[in-house]
Amino acid sequence: MSEQLLHEKVQVICGRDVQQAEQYSPITFRLQPDELMGFFERIKSDTDLYIDRLSCITGIDPGKDSEHMEVLYHLESITAGILFAVLISVPKSNPIIPSVQSIWKSANWLEREIFDMYGIHFSGHPDLRRILMPADWEGYPLRKDYVTQNEYHGIQVEANEESKTNSL
Amino acid sequence: MSQIVQPGSPLLVSEPNKFDAGKLRTEEMLINLGPQHPSTHGVLRLEVLMDGEIVKEVVPHLGYLHRCFEKHAEQLPYNQVIPFVDRLDYVAAMNCEHAYVLGVERMMGLEGKLPKRVEYIRVLVAELNRIASHFIALGTYGLDMGAFTPMFWMMQDREHILRMLEWLSGSRMLYNYMWVGGLYFDLPVGFEEQVSAFVSYLRPKMDELDTILTENSIFIGRTAHVGVLPLELAINGGATGPVLRGSGLRYDLRKVDGYSVYPELEFSIPIGEGKMGTVGDCWDRTWVRVREVHESLRIIEQCITRLTSDLKRSKEFNPQEFVPGKIRPKAQDLYARVESPKGELGFYFRADGKSDIPVRCKVRSCSFSNLSLLPEISRGVLLADLIAIIGSIDVVMGEVDR
Repeated sequence: MSEQLLHEKVQVICGRDVQQAEQYSPITFRLQPDELMGFFERIKSDTDLYIDRLSCITGIDPGKDSEHMEVLYHLESITAGILFAVLISVPKSNPIIPSVQSIWKSANWLEREIFDMYGIHFSGHPDLRRILMPADWEGYPLRKDYVTQNEYHGIQVEANEESKTNSL
Repeated sequence: MSQIVQPGSPLLVSEPNKFDAGKLRTEEMLINLGPQHPSTHGVLRLEVLMDGEIVKEVVPHLGYLHRCFEKHAEQLPYNQVIPFVDRLDYVAAMNCEHAYVLGVERMMGLEGKLPKRVEYIRVLVAELNRIASHFIALGTYGLDMGAFTPMFWMMQDREHILRMLEWLSGSRMLYNYMWVGGLYFDLPVGFEEQVSAFVSYLRPKMDELDTILTENSIFIGRTAHVGVLPLELAINGGATGPVLRGSGLRYDLRKVDGYSVYPELEFSIPIGEGKMGTVGDCWDRTWVRVREVHESLRIIEQCITRLTSDLKRSKEFNPQEFVPGKIRPKAQDLYARVESPKGELGFYFRADGKSDIPVRCKVRSCSFSNLSLLPEISRGVLLADLIAIIGSIDVVMGEVDR
């Protein structure tokens, strides 16, 4: 399926004019968090698209000044040979988006990882706990405004400004 | 085999159990497996809720080998990240490097412009490393199932590969050999002959492996009909690599995406057929790995043929000819993926066009996604079969925890 056809198909499913994100590979569409679940359910059962695999979910913090974080879903159809992505934006002040774990089981741990690293809450997730970092870790490490904690269980971590400048 | 976590232990604060030991039913029991246990293949900790000998629920606890790869990658120039990439899947470092350099080259617009010899050498070493990785999987899996000999055989044959790659790059496991835009060195003189000799040495050895491991009735008894992963669940759960192919789907990114020079090479994709049990059981996954070693040998032979005929070494060939002096891709987002021995290994990059450092670098780890299916397929099995299932998924914790 060509990118043009895919774009038209996505617009028909959403019922509105969907913007294509520029300079993205593979082709990426910008959606709103509230239409996410309906869109994913439709493309999973659609006979032309039949998106059977959620390959990857990526959380992105564009920068310290940005008021939004982004979540990128890489979707694939094995039968139709389609690979595309969906980009949504979520405010840093209230980062809640719906969990797609009920549609694709692979989302379970990927969403937990994003919760762990960015603090984005996935509503409806059955088991939203930290996955890579310890449960009593403070802060969300991959956010750009993350501050390293200086002490952990009595272990002093010299992560102050002085050692930061010396390290690189 | 297991250890009871005492209340008040620091383990319970930083990595608390999901189940509360005080609220269990009378017949239930909570068993802690790992993180320091050989059969968990690294530092994987499993919290197992048991009913007698039957597993009711498995909760994997990760993060014991978390080395902040993605945070490091956001602070280093692209070419300086390659040694960290080696340490993701440390038994198949060449495949990880291949994925990474492919992604960065695509961003730089270098894909398809490199000399054919560079591409063929990359495929050659990646397939050698794939065999080494599968040997680790098969050998340690035999050990899990009580077969001692395959472990030594596989380690011995893997040693041949590691010595060759050491000759090539200077290190045994973590190579830093593929660079963005080229290679560190050309092949050493005599390398092609050594690889050809190794291929003809290994073929009969693989038949011996079939006799001692995959067709061994004790091994079949332990693995057939155990840990069956239905195809629908495998696709829905994001499984890739031998785990997905063991469930019967002919899906291999070397064919689907056709990156590098794989479209020019001839090989087939083995899938699980339920020969000894059900399609998608532990035996099928093991068998797919054994057959993939044969296919990799075929690819290696074809690479050697090309590298000694029309692409043979010459004084003019410079493996670093296209290595960019400054890696500064223009602003873009890109997701690149390759077929590593464990499945789909993907790298996602966001470049802002103003710096040599990515804004975001994310690893789509195949072991991570494959391991997330463990709780699904190990409900209702015996504790001994749980060990069989973990081994058949072939996780490398370096890649799971990153």
